[in-house]
Formats: sequence, structure tokens, C-alpha cells
Amino acid sequence: MIRFENVCLSYGEKQVLSGVTLHAGPGEHIALMGHSGCGKTSLLRLAAGLVRPTAGTVACRAKRLAYAFQEPRLLPWFTAAENVNAVLDGGRADMPKARKWLAEVGLADAADALPRELSGGMAQRVNLARTLAREGDLLLLDEPLKELDEVLREDMLALLKRHAAGKTLLVTTHDMRAACALASRIYTFQEGTFVPANP
Amino acid sequence: MKSRRIPGKGIFALAFWLGVWALVAAAVDRELLFPGPAAVARRLAALAGEGLFWRVTAVSLLRIICGAAAGILGGVLLALGTDRSRLLDALFAPLMGVIQAVPVASFILLVLIWVGRDILPTVIVFLMVLPVVWSNMSEGLRSADRDLLELAQVCGFSRWKTARLVYGPSIAPYFLSACRACLGLAWKSGVAAEVLTVPAQAIGRELYEAKLYMNTADLFAWTAVVAVCSLVIEYILDAAIVRLGRRRGMGGDGA
Repeated sequence: MIRFENVCLSYGEKQVLSGVTLHAGPGEHIALMGHSGCGKTSLLRLAAGLVRPTAGTVACRAKRLAYAFQEPRLLPWFTAAENVNAVLDGGRADMPKARKWLAEVGLADAADALPRELSGGMAQRVNLARTLAREGDLLLLDEPLKELDEVLREDMLALLKRHAAGKTLLVTTHDMRAACALASRIYTFQEGTFVPANP
Repeated sequence: MKSRRIPGKGIFALAFWLGVWALVAAAVDRELLFPGPAAVARRLAALAGEGLFWRVTAVSLLRIICGAAAGILGGVLLALGTDRSRLLDALFAPLMGVIQAVPVASFILLVLIWVGRDILPTVIVFLMVLPVVWSNMSEGLRSADRDLLELAQVCGFSRWKTARLVYGPSIAPYFLSACRACLGLAWKSGVAAEVLTVPAQAIGRELYEAKLYMNTADLFAWTAVVAVCSLVIEYILDAAIVRLGRRRGMGGDGA
């Protein structure tokens, strides 16, 4: 589904990734771990085609991509339901579907709230609802449990696990428990590249 | 700090300045030099009874609105072009600066060499509005949230959907603010062009003739017509801006 071959990435003078080789087949779940700023997000951005590698290749065969950014990136002029609806293909007719996704993340009552009226945790859940609503065959989740309290983390973890089944997943996290729950393979950052944590 | 609302503030201000006007007119005591509000109101009422008054006002309004609409459309299209192409930006940015720097009177006299006097006010309004809209829209396009544009990209939004969901709401306050800024400019430059070129059926012509024949009450009355038309359009635009701000949770006071 997605293959990184000897990928290097630099931002100006700063080398972020060097020689990353990683392959995620259909239905495989991979967690990327490492300290803040090590290049986890950059790898997801490479997978999504938002940045190009300085060297090496990224081959992605996903038909439909679903990307949860680390920060919610909600359209500030739309309600929570409209934000979810924006990624659906049916236009206004898909509003009930959007509301259903919000109900899945426990935000049925906040469907008509504007992003500025949501707490950080609520906005993050709208972000997750929007990502899952995309129903992509490749899920890229960048610290999906950020801003969530312990109870919500458990709920969202269960939800993500359920909806990621059968799909390819690349998830970044600092939480070893979440990584173990979501992924079958865990990679950690070492000297510019990601290496298997449990070879 | 909260500003205290004074009930009927507008009416109070209007009454105050009408009073000042009446006092000055009484002090001058020569209607030919400085007619009072009553004389102007009488003249305005008399003018309003004539079909020509409404026709002249409508034609002037149409000329100015056409020029402003063309300027707004041109400014929007040019901003889209210069936002996408550095070459276009390098070519047009200095030109817009020059247009903004040249006095409107120079433009009126220059353009009069090339176009007929009936169409000249429209062209002048177009030229005055174009750089203002271009500069506001360019600013709006530059300020579109890069994070949201990335979101649109990963979600596979079409160009139209990106324009509708990301660019449109981002630049709407800039656009409305540009429209509001252009309004006064359009009226002032349009009427100035009419005064200098005296086309048929124009408020500017009426102002010019009133001055020529020393009909000072007429001069005041037509000036009041310009002010009222401008205020009405400004009121409509302001209402649209507030409505947009309320609906979308954005600041209602433009960009």
C-alpha cells in the first residue's frame, strides 16, 4: 500500500530523515514512535504527498487517503457537522451521515457548534470523526489521542481500532499503550531513520 | 472597555448639525451664498417632483455602479492572476501603485482624450476601484490558511470545492471591506468626473450647472442626493458584512 525506499528529507540545512525504508502492506498497522520533532509527522506528510523527499522514493497505492493532522484544522466558519460533511462526497445530503460520525465520537450534541465554541478535546474528536468519515483505505493518524483525557483516550482508541480494521494504518504517538493497541508493528526513531522496535 | 450605546445617537447628531447649519445660514442671511436646511429641503422636494430628477439620479447611479462592479470584478480576477503568477504580480503591482498615486483629476482629463464623456465617469470609477479591490483581495488570498489548504489537498477537494470552502470564507471579509472602501471612492471620483466632463443626464452636470447659474440651493440639494445614495448603499453593505460575520463566527468588521 505504501513504500518508503531510502527516503531522505531536509528542510533547508536541517536533515530530518535519512535513509528511511519502510513498507506497509494492505491492512497492516504501523506505529511510529520517537521524541518530539524527530520526523514522525514528516513521514506522514511524505506519505500524503504534502512534501517531497530530498532523496529516495515514496510509492503510495492508496485509492483514498484519510489524514488526521496533529492539530484539528477545522474550517472555522463551519459547524462541527459541516466540517465532517465537507469530506463526504454527497454534499448537504450527507449531513445525517456527518452527524452519525459525530455521534460515534460522542459529539452528537455539539454538531451545530462552531470550532471556536469547542474545547481542545472536542475539536480533536471532530478531527477524528472527519478522518474516519473519509473512509480511506490508508489512514494516517498524527498523534490522534492528543488533547484527550484518559477516559476519552480509551473510547477513541477502541473506535480507531474498530474502524482501522482492514485498512492500512500509519500512526504516530508517544503513548506505548496506544501504539501496542493500534499497531502490529512499531517503529522507533534512531539516528535519522525508523527502525523496528520489536523485530 | 465596553462602549456605551446612546439611544437615538444618530438622530441627535443629525438634529445637532442641522441646527448648526440653520444657525450659520441665519447668520449669513443670504440664500444665494449659504441656503439653510429649510430652503434646501424645499428645493429637494421640488426636484423630487420632477421626472428628470429621478432619471438623472438613476443614470448617475447606474454609471457609478457599473464602473464599481467592473472594478470589483477586474480587481478580483487580477488578484487571482497575480496570486498564481509571480510574473503577473511583478507586472501589475507597480501599475496598481501608479494608478493609486495619480490624482483623480489627472485621470479624468487624460481619459477624456480617449473616451466619450458619457462613458468617462464609469471608466474613472473602474480605475479608482480596481487597485483597491486588487490590493485587498491579494491580501486576502495571501492570508488564506496554509494548514486548511493542506487539509483540502489531502481530502482531495476539487479546485471549486477548495475555492468554496477555504478561499471563499477566508477572503470574504477582505472582499466586503474592499467593497466598503470603494464605495466612497466610487461616488467621489464618479461625481467628480461628471462635474468635469458634464455628460448628459448626470448629477455632476446638475452640480456644475447649479454652480454656473448660482443656484446654491440646487447645489446643496444635489450634494445631499449624492450623500444619501452613498449612505444607503453603505448601510446595505454594512448590513451584509455584519450578517456574514454573525453567520460564520467571523469578525463583522471586515478584515
